[in-house]
Amino acid sequence: MQSIIQVSHLTKTYAGGFQALKSVDLEIHQGEIFALLGPNGAGKTTLISIICGIVNPTRGQVLADGHDIIRDFRAARATIGLVPQELTTDAFESVWDTVNFSRGLFGKPADAAYLERVLKDLSLWEKRSSKILTLSGGMKRRVMIAKALSHEPRILFLDEPTAGVDVELRRAMWDMVRSLRESGVTIILTTHYIEEAQEMADRIGVISKGELILVEEKTALMRKLGRKKLTLQLRSPLTQLPAELTDSHLELSGDGLELVYSYDSQGQRTGITTLLRRLAELGIVFKDLQTSESSLEDIFVSLVRSR
Amino acid sequence: MNVHAIRAIYGFELARTWRTLFQSIASPVLSTSLYFIVFGAAIGSRMAHIDGVSYGAFIVPGLIMLSILTESISNASFGIYMPKYSGTIYELLSAPISTPEIVIGYVGAAATKSVILGTIILVTARVFVVFSIAHPLWMAASLILTSVTFSFFGFIIGVWADGWEKLQIIPLMIVTPLTFLGGSFYSISMLPPLWQKVALFNPVVYLVSGFRWSFYGISDVNIVLSFGMTLVFLLLCVVAVQVIFRTGYKLKA
Repeated sequence: MQSIIQVSHLTKTYAGGFQALKSVDLEIHQGEIFALLGPNGAGKTTLISIICGIVNPTRGQVLADGHDIIRDFRAARATIGLVPQELTTDAFESVWDTVNFSRGLFGKPADAAYLERVLKDLSLWEKRSSKILTLSGGMKRRVMIAKALSHEPRILFLDEPTAGVDVELRRAMWDMVRSLRESGVTIILTTHYIEEAQEMADRIGVISKGELILVEEKTALMRKLGRKKLTLQLRSPLTQLPAELTDSHLELSGDGLELVYSYDSQGQRTGITTLLRRLAELGIVFKDLQTSESSLEDIFVSLVRSR
Repeated sequence: MNVHAIRAIYGFELARTWRTLFQSIASPVLSTSLYFIVFGAAIGSRMAHIDGVSYGAFIVPGLIMLSILTESISNASFGIYMPKYSGTIYELLSAPISTPEIVIGYVGAAATKSVILGTIILVTARVFVVFSIAHPLWMAASLILTSVTFSFFGFIIGVWADGWEKLQIIPLMIVTPLTFLGGSFYSISMLPPLWQKVALFNPVVYLVSGFRWSFYGISDVNIVLSFGMTLVFLLLCVVAVQVIFRTGYKLKA
């Protein structure tokens, strides 16, 4: 698959000596939705800020659509749109004026028809004459997306796009992001909502302490690192796990009424048949059972903790 | 060159002027008119002529210069400080726009406002005081040069400031005193000999003197020196702005 962003050996050390990025290498494929996950202070925003030209890199190289972000900054930046984490807007400007301003700033001639379409897609057309300060938080977020899209970027960075927005709007934004991808825009998003990455991303990158510790297809990642759990609800409580089962990856719940068996769903043998036979031999009767899969959040927490 | 970006910044900044018309234009015109009424018409009528020019007419160039310096600095510093304060600076830094283009947009808009304001004050002054302009082209050139130079200076202050107090401190604590002591209301030759020498260290003296020469053909210092000093200050400001954008000082981490 063709790369649209290539990050090579990117390092950032701030003036105070804090090393925010440690020789990061990353390729973003054209047309994908890439989710960058990481705890606070991991380096997500620094990485995005360098690619967009807001922060100077200490070392390394970034190519955006084949253009070096330093040497050929005009061509590189013209392809990129950014929606930052903070709701930063010109409060006294109207929605229409501010998106027009953004389009001009990125070197595009005025195009009322295109901007009308963007505002309509984001349900902002009715508010085009309103001053931004009169809008709700969710609408301001959409204005920022409209500004980022105003110059028809091929790459869109969304830094925590749904932070602080309600569930309904979050779903609407997910739909919008998907439709942008369908129109050919490559999307890179950072998020704290694992559910968001799980819902939308094609590939996941996990960054921790300035290092990119993993980049993987979302489904492959979940298949590779995901574990399944079989929970058996017992008819009678157990006071302790029988000695015959101590080596069986089993855990007994605090109230003694549940046995939880962890297994690798991709393994040749899951061990479930053996477990059920041994339980029957020991006279342990269960009244119900259910299986569950690791969420991306579980995988993420386990990855970050293991560093 | 990203002409659309320059136009966007320039238009955005000028639109702010029209939105805040009272603060941007009416307020400085009113305060300058009060100076003309008090010092020009009321007190000036009882004062002796200076170098053959009535006192009311004598202070016209100085008062215009006072307004231009203050407004150029204020407009340009606010123009670049506000995006830093509100956080919208991210858009400017991530846009495909070069340093000269950013500067042309912000400094150009601030200087345009100052030239408009200076022209309005000039016309307003004529209502209160009778005066003539001996060298109109030089007067216009001086007006534009000073507006551009101090808009550059204001731009630097706006980048340097990281709070509202800092934004005000240099205009209030340095520029205004230098302007009042720079011969706006008197001729340097009226000072005692020692203070005449001290006054020559005040850059505003050269601005006011050169501007007054374009009106009445009289000046406290050599006219070439006046324009030369203004150009030197402009050059220093241009270099400072280049350094700011090359290093990212107070703009980029």
